[in-house]
Amino acid sequence: MIAFKLAYRNLIGAGLRTWLNVTVLSFAYVVIIFHQGLIDGWHRQGLLDLKAWEVGGGHLWHPAYNRYDPITFQDSHRNIDDKLIKKFNEGQIAPVLVVQASAYPDGRLISVILKGIAPRQEIVSIPTRYLADNNAVNAVIGTRMAKLMKVKEGDNILIRWRDKNGVFDATEVHIIKIFKCDVPSVDNGQIWLSLENLQKMTGLVNEATYFILSESYNEGKTDEWKFIPPSYLTRELDEIIRSKRGGGMIMQGILLIIALLAIFDTQVLSIFRRQREIGTYIALGMTRPQVIGIFTVEGAAHSVFAALAGAVYGIPLFIYLAKYGISFGFGDMGLTLADTLYPYYSLELIFWTVLIVVLAATIVSYLPARRIAKMKPTEALKGKLQ
Amino acid sequence: MNKDTIIRLERIVKNFPVGTGYFTALNNITLKFEKGEFAGLVGPSGSGKTTLLNIIGSLDTPTEGKASIMDKSLIGLSHKESAQLRSKHIGFIFQTYNLLPVYTVYENVEFTLLLQKVPLSERRKAVMEALEWVGLTDKVNSKPSMLSGGESQRVAIARSMVKKPEVVLADEPTANLDSVNSHHILQTMKKLNEELKVTFIFATHDEKVMQYLSRIISLADGKIVGDTINPNHGSNAQ
Ligand SMILES: Nc1ncnc2c1ncn2[C@@H]1O[C@H](COP(=O)(O)OP(=O)(O)OP(=O)(O)O)[C@@H](O)[C@H]1O
Ligand SMILES: [Mg+2]
Repeated sequence: MIAFKLAYRNLIGAGLRTWLNVTVLSFAYVVIIFHQGLIDGWHRQGLLDLKAWEVGGGHLWHPAYNRYDPITFQDSHRNIDDKLIKKFNEGQIAPVLVVQASAYPDGRLISVILKGIAPRQEIVSIPTRYLADNNAVNAVIGTRMAKLMKVKEGDNILIRWRDKNGVFDATEVHIIKIFKCDVPSVDNGQIWLSLENLQKMTGLVNEATYFILSESYNEGKTDEWKFIPPSYLTRELDEIIRSKRGGGMIMQGILLIIALLAIFDTQVLSIFRRQREIGTYIALGMTRPQVIGIFTVEGAAHSVFAALAGAVYGIPLFIYLAKYGISFGFGDMGLTLADTLYPYYSLELIFWTVLIVVLAATIVSYLPARRIAKMKPTEALKGKLQ
Repeated sequence: MNKDTIIRLERIVKNFPVGTGYFTALNNITLKFEKGEFAGLVGPSGSGKTTLLNIIGSLDTPTEGKASIMDKSLIGLSHKESAQLRSKHIGFIFQTYNLLPVYTVYENVEFTLLLQKVPLSERRKAVMEALEWVGLTDKVNSKPSMLSGGESQRVAIARSMVKKPEVVLADEPTANLDSVNSHHILQTMKKLNEELKVTFIFATHDEKVMQYLSRIISLADGKIVGDTINPNHGSNAQ
């Protein structure tokens, strides 16, 4: 109690130096929380986007299917059995057939992946309802793909693929809809057709490569199909987030260390300059640990003031950013990353940041204060140590 | 043993390491103080007055010899025990006042009671009483920086007295004060000594202080060279 009151008075009394330390440390708080909040916001948004556009409640894959290796596509499809048809009719799963192909926009050759998907599905946000009319070969593509092929809605492009016997076939597809989404993997290189059309084009009648599961699907795995949990499908994003978080920590660490050094320096100086005061405390009957406590609390109190100071300008800033987002204009980086990021500041993030900074400030305040334990009160009272 | 003896020092030697050897600051000091004495250690600079006072106050330990206060040995006390002793039984008054600059007059006086965890109402009463003794009830909310030297030393006296200690040790309490203020604080201390039977031990070479002392112990080169009752103490006080 005494320590807190004294610490408060001494800090206020120390004036400029205190406020410098507090300002620097409050920057550390704000930068750490801002940056981590930004990454958390990106992660949350990214996970939501992935879930909405691609992942759903997980997938069921043909065991041979590898989405990064088009060679596997030829052998990774099989018949959709009655049980799965029933599930599809209940809206629990959406079948997808995957075929490698080439597109020839403007006579250029582009390697593409054709994905046939049931137009009725409502599990992912791809606007498959535009594919309902099977009398024409309609396709929906994302904005990235449209840009790559230099096409717009209403254009036709020639595509060429091999059917199940390996024989080349070709047709014009009609771009009926271009959709915008933040998940590159449903956009880059992908042309979405109706499942029935692609099955007919390839002769793979009633076959599929994988199924997107709804959140409520809970059938577990089957022998024919391998269950792929959402965590596997989002691990790329998780990986990027981890590395971004780590990269940010270096900068935050440096800022924090500068702030802590300032506190450390202040402590060393104040313990040196206030020897007579230390001697007086001991003469008045304080134990050395109590005196160390006073100085430690005093140093650590910088971090509490800094948290308050940081809150004064940080909270309005954070609220503003969380509401209006931050537009980075990244262009397309092949990341699951929206144009505008909405930072997300969790209580957990704030709690841990404050706890870590206060702990660190306490430690750097305590270290120089330990010297008091070795001081002779008689020398301290003379104020002539060192 | 006389049960009114409050401090006993037997063959106290204090050596300070200097270079490769040591310097003997106190050499074979044997002394007793009775309860309620108003005594002073006098002698030239470097004679060992402060060193002896520090040993009595348990801020320092002798190299050799025995020392006890209120029949409690001062030898081999832990830091905690000696802190306890100072907190409850010993008051200090310094030449430089040593008030806590960030605290008000009231808070400075209250400090030792807080250490002893005295309850608030009792604390208030004791602090106000102590400030009355020294005549500073009108300065309770002042900060030390706003006080004169004499006022500061009176606050220090109130601080040392508020816990009603057995012994008050005052090292050159008047060295930074003018004559009027010196007499004022000496009169205050003398009054408290008489009313509360608190033992005062001074270290001084100030003639003004000596006038008030009832016993003068002269030190030179770490030895006692005189120990006399002052017959006309207080007679010359203004
Ligand atoms: N820590 C120390 N190390 C070495 N010598 C010391 C130490 N403390 C005191 N001395 C020496 O011991 C002697 C007595 O010192 P002390 O401070 O007790 O003198 P004093 O009588 O109080 O003098 P003054 O009137 O100047 O205050 C002095 O010669 C001093 O130099
Ligand atoms: Mg001295």
